[in-house]
Amino acid sequence: MAAIEILGLEKIYRVGFWRKKPKYALRPLHLTVEEGEIFGFLGPNGAGKTTTLKLLMSLIFPTSGTARILGQDWTDPRVKAQIGFLPEQPYFYDYLTAGELLDYYGQLSGVPGKERSERIRKVLGRVGLSDVKGVQLRKFSKGMLQRVGIAQAILHEPKLVFLDEPMSGLDPMGRREVRDLIEQLKQEGKTVFFSTHILSDAEALCDRVAIIHQGTLRGVGAVADLTASVHSRVEFVWQGTRVPASLKALAAECHVTSDTVRAIVPEERQDATIDAVRREGLRLISVVPVRTSLEDYFVEKLKPEKMAGATV
Amino acid sequence: MNSRRSVTLVATLLLVGCMLSSIVCLRRLDQLRTGATLQEVLYISSPQTLKRLSLGYEGLLADIYWTRAVQYFGRKHYADSDHYDLLAPLLEITTALDPHLVVAYQFGANFLAPRPPSGGGMPDKAIELMEFGIRNNPHDWNLYYQLGFIYYMEKKDYANAAKAFERGSQVPNAHPFLRILAAQMAQHAGELETARMLWVTTYQSTHDQQIRANAYNHLLCLKVDEDVTSLQNAVTQYGQKTGNLPPSISAMVAAGLLPGIPLDPDGHPYKLMPDGRILVESPENFPFIERGVPPGYKPPRPKFRPPPE
Amino acid sequence: MNARIVHIAANTFREAVRDRVLYNLIAFALLLSGAAVFVGQISIDIEKLVVINLGLTAVSLFGVVIAIFIGIGLVSKEIEKRTLYTVLSRPVRRWEFIVGKFFGLAGTLVVNTFLMAIGVFAALLYVSRHFHQPDAWILVALYFIVLQFLIICSLALLFSSFSSPLLSAVFAFALFVIGSFAEDLRGFAGMAHGLSRWLATAAAYLVPNFSALNVISSVAHEQPVAAHLIFYNTAYALTYAAMVLCGAVLIFERRNLK
Repeated sequence: MAAIEILGLEKIYRVGFWRKKPKYALRPLHLTVEEGEIFGFLGPNGAGKTTTLKLLMSLIFPTSGTARILGQDWTDPRVKAQIGFLPEQPYFYDYLTAGELLDYYGQLSGVPGKERSERIRKVLGRVGLSDVKGVQLRKFSKGMLQRVGIAQAILHEPKLVFLDEPMSGLDPMGRREVRDLIEQLKQEGKTVFFSTHILSDAEALCDRVAIIHQGTLRGVGAVADLTASVHSRVEFVWQGTRVPASLKALAAECHVTSDTVRAIVPEERQDATIDAVRREGLRLISVVPVRTSLEDYFVEKLKPEKMAGATV
Repeated sequence: MNSRRSVTLVATLLLVGCMLSSIVCLRRLDQLRTGATLQEVLYISSPQTLKRLSLGYEGLLADIYWTRAVQYFGRKHYADSDHYDLLAPLLEITTALDPHLVVAYQFGANFLAPRPPSGGGMPDKAIELMEFGIRNNPHDWNLYYQLGFIYYMEKKDYANAAKAFERGSQVPNAHPFLRILAAQMAQHAGELETARMLWVTTYQSTHDQQIRANAYNHLLCLKVDEDVTSLQNAVTQYGQKTGNLPPSISAMVAAGLLPGIPLDPDGHPYKLMPDGRILVESPENFPFIERGVPPGYKPPRPKFRPPPE
Repeated sequence: MNARIVHIAANTFREAVRDRVLYNLIAFALLLSGAAVFVGQISIDIEKLVVINLGLTAVSLFGVVIAIFIGIGLVSKEIEKRTLYTVLSRPVRRWEFIVGKFFGLAGTLVVNTFLMAIGVFAALLYVSRHFHQPDAWILVALYFIVLQFLIICSLALLFSSFSSPLLSAVFAFALFVIGSFAEDLRGFAGMAHGLSRWLATAAAYLVPNFSALNVISSVAHEQPVAAHLIFYNTAYALTYAAMVLCGAVLIFERRNLK
């Protein structure tokens, strides 16, 4: 059974004084997430990631389309008992302590009284907040709030966890911990769907990713498959500071340091570059293929729209 | 650090200086404004508007206006004023907001009806007020009583006074005097007796301090009038008996015309003038008396002597 | 009883308490004590009258202000601060959220009124030395005040579900004012003709009617309150509040949360 099936969800806002102008926050989206996988939902700010999540949480209603979560209609309230949600830059009732908040949420999720305190204790330990259980949330830093957010998302042992920008506001240590936590969730057989604009996190964690830009899906698949479609590049390093005109024409980028030149060249021009280097009599130090990353994928696939003045 | 200290110093000095000058300005403003008609202005004079503005809390607003009315009258009275222009509107508003506030009607009868300086000099307005009160509290005998009181005392309208007392006497638990007063109106006999009965009833039927003090003062002055009347009668009888004016009051006592030497409520004896007239020792203490004063005598403003508790 | 509604209500109550709303009781106590001193300077006859008028008016006014100022934030603050997102991601229906908030606020006001009532009766005891039989009607007046609160809570919640706190406060207060002279509206409707008569009549019935619920003045004069008045007032307040809550639910169910 697929964990999430998005069947054409679409969201159009009407903006302007007379509400006439349409704003396409999300074009009809078709996406499937399998159970047990870590799925990354990537895109620049304003691409439609949060809109998609809010649609799935029924915080906003679609203009058209439906979805199924864990095989059930996404608007069914009962399905909420099996999912957890961490919103972007979360904020909680600041007059409650961490323990009280989790207790309240536990009550609302239907966690029975006897188990609740035990689960709260465990989950606070998992996110590293055990010693601030009795502190009021108004005193929490952003990073601590983020952890509380994760705690409330997993408190009731949901099968599927939605995280919107889970790393935001965390220092490198914290990000590492969250990454480890997401890995653990997968070990426990949970499905994790998280959105982010930080590509390196996605590369490290995700089994599959979807890339969305300006409300439209631009690519879905395993990271390796996606990066493979990007044109490979090769890095040439030679001695000296001279960059002959012929090499400048071939290279995509050139960096000159105190005694070497580093040039990035598209793979198909590799042979031509070797010939040019030899012809110019340059002393070649190394020729190394450059590992493409998702960032390259992004830049390559999304660049035309960016040039057209799109908002990022 | 230095700039911060100098800012603190300047700000503090400025604060104190401005505070002092604002107080000086305010005092000057107060001086400029005293005696102005501000005290005489009722910003909202329509009872209906006030009722709407009270948002359903008319009871409390009525109590507030009642307090204002009492204080207004007391202040004016103390300042020896001749005009009580706001009294009628204040009482009208009070009773419009709370038609069951009986003491307000009593106040109107006692202090709105009489002529200045003892009252507002508006007996007709007072009568309207009483009728309004009666319509809203038909089982309160006191209101019929006050109505009759006004007709008798201020309007000398014995017919209407009798009607009012009669209506009042029908109410269950009415004061027994009402029936008697109704009858007396018909004959308007024994002015002094009637007046005494009225003031005693007023005195007994209220807890309001000012009304009671007023009634008490009237009763004292009634005693003076009665004393002077009986002394004057004794002088006449003496003259009839002996053909001469009595040399002194004790002579009249010795002649068996008086039971004893009467004293006025202050404890002073009355003065027997050579021409046979009886005069009160200190008429200024009895502002309501009609006898025992020299001709052309102008009564002073009434001051309220508190009754004994 | 739906457990989630109870939890939401309890949490709303806890928020009100931690928001130090109950501190208004201190202001109330000070007001009553000051008034008791002032009252001593006026006619002894009406001391008791003034204490009851003042006490009950204060209970009513304080409560209305609290109802409006907490009520308007109940939903809009949660939307603005986005605390609502994590609540609605749980198996909580939107209507349960509204109803739970309502009971939380109403509960806060009931507790507040109860504590204030103790103050009023204490002041009454001070002024009149011991209780008389007609003083029981004061309890009825207090009950009616609580009914009034239910209506105001529901209205504040309604406006909060779709409007900003500032606008909600303005609307709620405006309805409170209009509701206090709803009877005049009906009188006006009786005199008007045609379209304005129609509109005025509709307004007169849709607007909350607080005149029937205000028995402070008559209770102060020790007049009894008729039993059928109690019955119909209760029915009116409950049905009116329920109507408004349904409106709030209808609006909130459809709202896209930004």
